[in-house]
Amino acid sequence: MKILVSILLTALLSFIAGIYFPWWSIAVVAFLVAILIRQPIVHSFLSGFLGIFILWTVLALWIDVKNNSILSQKIAQLFSLSSPFLLIIATAFIGALVGGFAAMSGSSLTIKSKQTV
Amino acid sequence: MRILPFVTSTIITIALIFFLNNKWGSVPPLGKFLSPQHGFWQNAEACDYDFSENLALRGLKGKANVYFDQRLVPHVFAEQDVDAYFIQGYLHAKFRLWQMEFQTMAAAGRISEILGKDERFIHFDREQRRLGMTYAAENALKEMGKDKASKQFFDAYSSGVNAYISSLSEKELPIEYKLLDYRPELWSNKKIALFLKQMSKTLAGFDRDFEFTNLHTVFTEQEMRILFPSIDDSLKPIIPKGTAFAPPSIVPVKPSSVDSLYLNNDTTVKAKEIFKPDRKNGSNSWAVSGQKTKSGAPIFCNDPHLDLTLPSIWYEMQLTTPTMNVYGATFPGSPSVIIGFNDSIAFGFTNAQRDVKDYYRVRFKDDSKKEYWFDSSWKAADLRVEEIKIKGEASYFDTVAYTVFGPVMFDESFGTDISAKNSIALRWSAHDPSNEGAMWFKLNRAQNYSDFLTAIKSFNCPGQNITFASKSGDISIWQQGKFPARWGRQGLYIMPGEDSSYMWQGYIPQSENPHVLNPVEGFVQSANQRPVDSLYPYFIPGNYLTPRGITLFNKLSQMQQVTPRMMMILQNDCYSSLASEAVPMLLKNVDRTNLSQFEKINLNEIAKWNYIAAPDSKAATIYQTWMDSLKAVIWNDEWKQFKEPVVTPDENTMIEILLRDSASKYIDDVSTPYKETLELQVTKAFKLAMKELNMEKNTTDLVWWKHKNPTIYHLLKSSLMPFARTGIKVGGWNNTLNAVTSTHGPSWRMIVHLTSPTEAYGIYPGGQSGNPGSKYYDNFVSNWAAGKYYPLWIMKESEKSDERIKFIIKFSNI
Repeated sequence: MKILVSILLTALLSFIAGIYFPWWSIAVVAFLVAILIRQPIVHSFLSGFLGIFILWTVLALWIDVKNNSILSQKIAQLFSLSSPFLLIIATAFIGALVGGFAAMSGSSLTIKSKQTV
Repeated sequence: MRILPFVTSTIITIALIFFLNNKWGSVPPLGKFLSPQHGFWQNAEACDYDFSENLALRGLKGKANVYFDQRLVPHVFAEQDVDAYFIQGYLHAKFRLWQMEFQTMAAAGRISEILGKDERFIHFDREQRRLGMTYAAENALKEMGKDKASKQFFDAYSSGVNAYISSLSEKELPIEYKLLDYRPELWSNKKIALFLKQMSKTLAGFDRDFEFTNLHTVFTEQEMRILFPSIDDSLKPIIPKGTAFAPPSIVPVKPSSVDSLYLNNDTTVKAKEIFKPDRKNGSNSWAVSGQKTKSGAPIFCNDPHLDLTLPSIWYEMQLTTPTMNVYGATFPGSPSVIIGFNDSIAFGFTNAQRDVKDYYRVRFKDDSKKEYWFDSSWKAADLRVEEIKIKGEASYFDTVAYTVFGPVMFDESFGTDISAKNSIALRWSAHDPSNEGAMWFKLNRAQNYSDFLTAIKSFNCPGQNITFASKSGDISIWQQGKFPARWGRQGLYIMPGEDSSYMWQGYIPQSENPHVLNPVEGFVQSANQRPVDSLYPYFIPGNYLTPRGITLFNKLSQMQQVTPRMMMILQNDCYSSLASEAVPMLLKNVDRTNLSQFEKINLNEIAKWNYIAAPDSKAATIYQTWMDSLKAVIWNDEWKQFKEPVVTPDENTMIEILLRDSASKYIDDVSTPYKETLELQVTKAFKLAMKELNMEKNTTDLVWWKHKNPTIYHLLKSSLMPFARTGIKVGGWNNTLNAVTSTHGPSWRMIVHLTSPTEAYGIYPGGQSGNPGSKYYDNFVSNWAAGKYYPLWIMKESEKSDERIKFIIKFSNI
């Protein structure tokens, strides 16, 4: 349950932060959410990772559908990816990595030494 | 707190962010670039995107409405003249900001600043500086400042561009900025000047002076006249043949040393301009008078040929204010409609191809370049230190010396085998102070022939054939520009620069520029050919292209009851007059014994050819390949002795030489002891061509459009192939009216029927949006390739609820 809330909160707050702040605000959000919602490190990493992964997948997919994949096809070609779908996954994965590690960092700040994973 | 995991994950996070926030080599900053809320996804414009909005902007004087039709062409209605230009600037920036900035940065020799360290980029930047591009723009800017009437329009345009740039958030940046990771700087009138100077380079920046200098050390003056004739036998000039001209009002005097120091000088030159403009930057334009049209009203046509690029160099617009109602193609980067029409007239351009670029040998005292020998004394040079900024690296400094002639383009630090004692200065009319942009403010408002004459008078460079037609029934072409009055052969080769005797002595008075008004032929035409026959009293060297003009002249002569539809067919005509001359000669001389099956088939194919380079034609492929190998067979033997830059004669010159004299001495291969005949050489060329085509046949099946592979590159060329359009099925060649080569061709086709109301058609190979993520990026390309046109809608504001209007932007001041 905690992990689900954490994922959704990361996604939601990252979306809001993204409107006003640079792209790396996702790291700050994931970090803060991990402090706010205490979880074991692995859970926190997953929350940050999945939160951003889901957010960026949904956003990119939504844009791509509205755009009829006009641009994603060109950019996929530019990065030697075979399809817009792979480009969306690559997009989400890159954001997710940042979210995951930032959440891990936040989580390790709050967890007491005794608690192990 | 868990120290180790905290430290590790924090370091990883920061390192990741750092890595993903920066550009590595050609890889954009991935985090920034991929973020759906910031990066390229934001450029993926929704197909149902609504462009309508209300904008309150500082700098506007009154109210204005912009109605976008279904092709995203803006119809601007402004209460104030200045506001129309402000809005034009705003819209150019909104739809084409990256291209207009990149092109002006390139003009100024600043691409290393954007693209980073690379030998080629630095060389490009240095060459632009040494051509004096910025110097030329600064001179133009001073002139723009002197003329109050035009300055307020330039100012308004620049303010409009800046209003858009200032409103731009990171996510809204055009995608090229995101890929290359930089931001636009503010716009200025100087950038307008730079843009127009880049057009001067494109159109009046081609020369063969170094190549001719080298050739001339081997070939005699007489041979040079045959190999590079100033007037082709087959020429159909712009001004009808036999037209009488008044005696010249200026007769330049040949220096007394011309034979010893100039015509018999055998000094070669190894230096070379690397980023030369394309010789074929030409165009077609003509106007048919009412006496030859079905309606009785004149029909005006223009199709400028340029490098085809995405985003296109053109942006279509209508500008309406209380003083004008003009429609046509505009240059993002400059105010006004450049090629278009208003309620009374139509105007258009082809390149004059005149040589206005000469070189002088300059002797510096030493490597400091501070002083050079001129008119019997050491004269101080102006040293201009050019800082070339390089992205992520220390700047490169280049010192360019300015002499009485102009900038010293090649000196000991630039150019092979050049020393301070033997440097080369450039004299180019693009450097001379003038305000070219001002012409269009007048042209856009011209009502009749006399307004047209007033408008074009001060246009100096690049020299243009300006075509005109009016509803009152006049048709005209003026070859307009400021052209030096030369003595015979002046400026064909590099000239001595140790005194003033070889300098330009004056200019041909504007009224003596070649022009024609309402000729008895019932049409005026230009296609980059020499403007006049031998009766014109001035020596006017140039890089003229003859073949297209012959087709144009012949076709127009035969036409009666002309309609716009016939003109569309003519603009898309792929008939090659040159091939019709050459093929019978080739067929007569080719030896038909010992031919393979493949060779026989192809010879039959070309024998039954109608000389139309249609997209599916195989004969066109065979002809062009044959012609290319014939050029090699004829010229390579004499030309291989040159180690310095040289050029070979034009294709049509070669054909004229062979037609005139089937025993011409150039036919023989001088590297063999035998005496080769025309039959032998034509056959040899045929066999060579067949060998080449035999290798190609599996990929293209020798189909013409596949063979030439017409491609519209993105401005960043091969580095952004997904943004290009390749393999476009279209016929023609540079010697046909539909002059589409592999990268070059009609960049805007326009036909204006001067009836009331005006009936007009147009199309360009691109789209109104410069954004590769927009459905409006390249949506005209397929119709352009198919030879189709869009009706150009001269909208009245009372038609604002017409169903063609899709979006409205309402502008008001704050």
